[in-house]
Amino acid sequence: METYTLIVLLLAATIRVATPLLLAAIAGMFSERSGIIDLGLEGKMLGAAFAAASVSAVTGSAWLGLGAGILTAVALALLIGFACITHRGNQVVAGMAVTIMVSGLGPTLGLAWFNLGGQTPQLDGPGQRFTELAWPWAEQARALPFPGLLYAELLGGHNLIVYLAAALVPFSAWVLYRTRFGLRLRAVGENPHAVDTAGISVNALRYQAVAISGVLCGVAGTYLSTAASAGFVRDMTAGKGYLALAALIFGKWRPWPTLGACLLFAFTDALATRLQGVALPIVGVIPVQFILALPYVLTVLLLAGFVGKAVAPKAIGVPYAKEK
Amino acid sequence: MTAPSPDPAPPALELRGIDKRFGAVHANRAISFAVVGGSIHGLIGENGAGKSTLMNIIYGFHRADAGEIRVQGRPVEIHSPQQAIAAGIGMVHQHFMLVENFTVLENVVLGVEGGRLLAGGLAHARAELGRLARDYGLEVPLDAVVSDLPVGLQQRVEILKALYRRAEILILDEPTAVLTPQEADQLFRMLARLREQGKSVILVTHKLREIMAVTDHVTVMRQGAVVAEVATRDTSLRGLAEKMVGRAVLLQVEKGPARPGAPLLSVKDLEVRDGLGMARVKGATFDLLAGEIVGLAGVAGNGQSELLETLAGIRAPSRGEIRLQGRDLVREGLDPRARRRLGLAHVPEDRLHVGMVARFPAQANAILGYHDSPAYNGGVLLDRGAILAGCEQKMAAYDVRPPNPQLRLSAFSGGNQQKLVLAREIDADPRVLLIGQPTRGVDIGAIEFIHKKLVALRDAGKALLIVSVELDEILGLADRILVMNGGEIIGELARAEATEERIGLMMAGVKAEGGV
Repeated sequence: METYTLIVLLLAATIRVATPLLLAAIAGMFSERSGIIDLGLEGKMLGAAFAAASVSAVTGSAWLGLGAGILTAVALALLIGFACITHRGNQVVAGMAVTIMVSGLGPTLGLAWFNLGGQTPQLDGPGQRFTELAWPWAEQARALPFPGLLYAELLGGHNLIVYLAAALVPFSAWVLYRTRFGLRLRAVGENPHAVDTAGISVNALRYQAVAISGVLCGVAGTYLSTAASAGFVRDMTAGKGYLALAALIFGKWRPWPTLGACLLFAFTDALATRLQGVALPIVGVIPVQFILALPYVLTVLLLAGFVGKAVAPKAIGVPYAKEK
Repeated sequence: MTAPSPDPAPPALELRGIDKRFGAVHANRAISFAVVGGSIHGLIGENGAGKSTLMNIIYGFHRADAGEIRVQGRPVEIHSPQQAIAAGIGMVHQHFMLVENFTVLENVVLGVEGGRLLAGGLAHARAELGRLARDYGLEVPLDAVVSDLPVGLQQRVEILKALYRRAEILILDEPTAVLTPQEADQLFRMLARLREQGKSVILVTHKLREIMAVTDHVTVMRQGAVVAEVATRDTSLRGLAEKMVGRAVLLQVEKGPARPGAPLLSVKDLEVRDGLGMARVKGATFDLLAGEIVGLAGVAGNGQSELLETLAGIRAPSRGEIRLQGRDLVREGLDPRARRRLGLAHVPEDRLHVGMVARFPAQANAILGYHDSPAYNGGVLLDRGAILAGCEQKMAAYDVRPPNPQLRLSAFSGGNQQKLVLAREIDADPRVLLIGQPTRGVDIGAIEFIHKKLVALRDAGKALLIVSVELDEILGLADRILVMNGGEIIGELARAEATEERIGLMMAGVKAEGGV
């Protein structure tokens, strides 16, 4: 039963790690499907993480923190939009610029406001964090390994944002393939000229898409600082935005395969954490650095070999101008 | 009973004094004309005559500086495609405005989905398109992905899009540029059907014969202004051409019979694969003889470009041999420069991306590829005096305007750029000249000049291979015609036995019955 418990705990950890990845990847999907490369995922998440932790620390409300996180990420997304859509700037540069700006601005503001070396205060008051929801009889069920442990650890025992992220996958698939907005969004990333001649505003559609990306990045960032941990730490996104982008590409810009990619990346991450300091047969204890690099090595391998024909939205990265 | 004087039906579309400037360029000068309801109206003019600008104004992409647009006699404000659609105007662009990975149905409903959810709109569109297909003979597989459809069907999707939006006035911009002659005939039958149903069609083209064949009225534009508006039956090919160019032009290339000599270039079983490993040229075998022009016909994308690039040395073949002067260019792996030294010159199809550097001055472009020639080089540095003089001499000989070697290439018109490339390649005195699209984007006046030069080159005993999507050009220039379909040279015709119809059938993949 020991292995069984280990596996369940590993899967539960996978879900927790996958949540911000998934939120960010779906955020990127909306942006990229509209034709805007979303290299600002990292920055938007980081900005939201900082804003959420700060507001939650000051007001004592995780919900206000979530609101602040979303507002911040949307503002950053619109900034990218302004550069890339209105002024047809280079999308890679704009995304990177926002990321770099936030990674410096967050700690700087944090230092000025809280004087804690760039961090935000520990969120340990009641209601300052999104904590695990207690499912009915979870404690009693735990005594029964199967299916009790599954119920308590895998199905239950997560915070609200995890469930939100899970619901997001079918919802975004529905939006993308069953609604007018989805049709137009897919079209504008493929051939904005077609959208324009159909009498639809290309710019308005793209602004909506980057704004949605902002909202979801806001939720993802909030999760990092007020749910997964108890406060903002410098560079706490640690490349998750880029990993999410990799998952999006691996998932071919589709919601369900992207979920699969996020879970895979999260699983290797969770596994790496488990493997730290564990002596394996033959190889012995694997150096921590190597284990931590594992998810990224896997990403490179997957993207290099297994994606097959990942066909990006055709108009991605190309600013739209009426004249050809 | 007092009979009210019969009110003549107002024109379906009327333009009054449309004027538009882009900076210093006066693109449209007080343009007025009317399209009679239930007619096909031709609009012709050379490149840069202002046709596209005018159509973009009608469709709401540009806003006119002055003037008025009336639809069915009512003045309308059109500042966006949306308003144009609402006014009953539909447009089929030269480059299709389709989302390639969408189905036909999705493309049709894009923009008129009829609600926030797709299901209802798609069902409605399916029913409505069924009706349109019956009424106009516009059958299209609705659930096929657009990129899988042949170009002719894609164009049909564009027309259906317009009709689904209840367009009464349909504008087609150069609709036959991408079609085989048979597909073009089909299109014209379709347009005639639309006319019967009371729709109005504006056909924008530079192909005079199409105008003569299908239109009821024709408006001729030159330098941004309307220079003639006539009923088609009252005019002729020659008359239209003269009005378009502003002077008498030769429509037919004047040339004597060819006197073919020895083979200069021999191609045997040449196969070319693209980056994905797909064979684009399949076992091409032919000779180019001294003193003849061979035309390579085919619908764009059937391997002609790949074949041309392989002969020029830009692409490597996967199999086969190319012999020039007794040497096998493939086996020896000769690069374009080495081939040029052996007397194989190449005017690429896409002159701006392959043949020239738009931001370089004309004189630099005039030596590209020949920049290492002793004629242009001093001891260590380039001989600037010689380069300048060479360019001036070429510009004079080929009537390149303006004759300014210092001017950057992008400031020249397409025809003058082409003349400069031709001057560069022909002056190098090649034995074999490969030419892709000799007159693409070139005005009628310059076409005449270029064709004369090519015939003179033939008469001087050179071998010429011409790839062109303009069948008229192939028929006018070539002494022998090879037709490509799906990467194969599907047939060969002597000029005397070539008709547009026979070539068209071969272009569509029907092999010649007798063979040659």
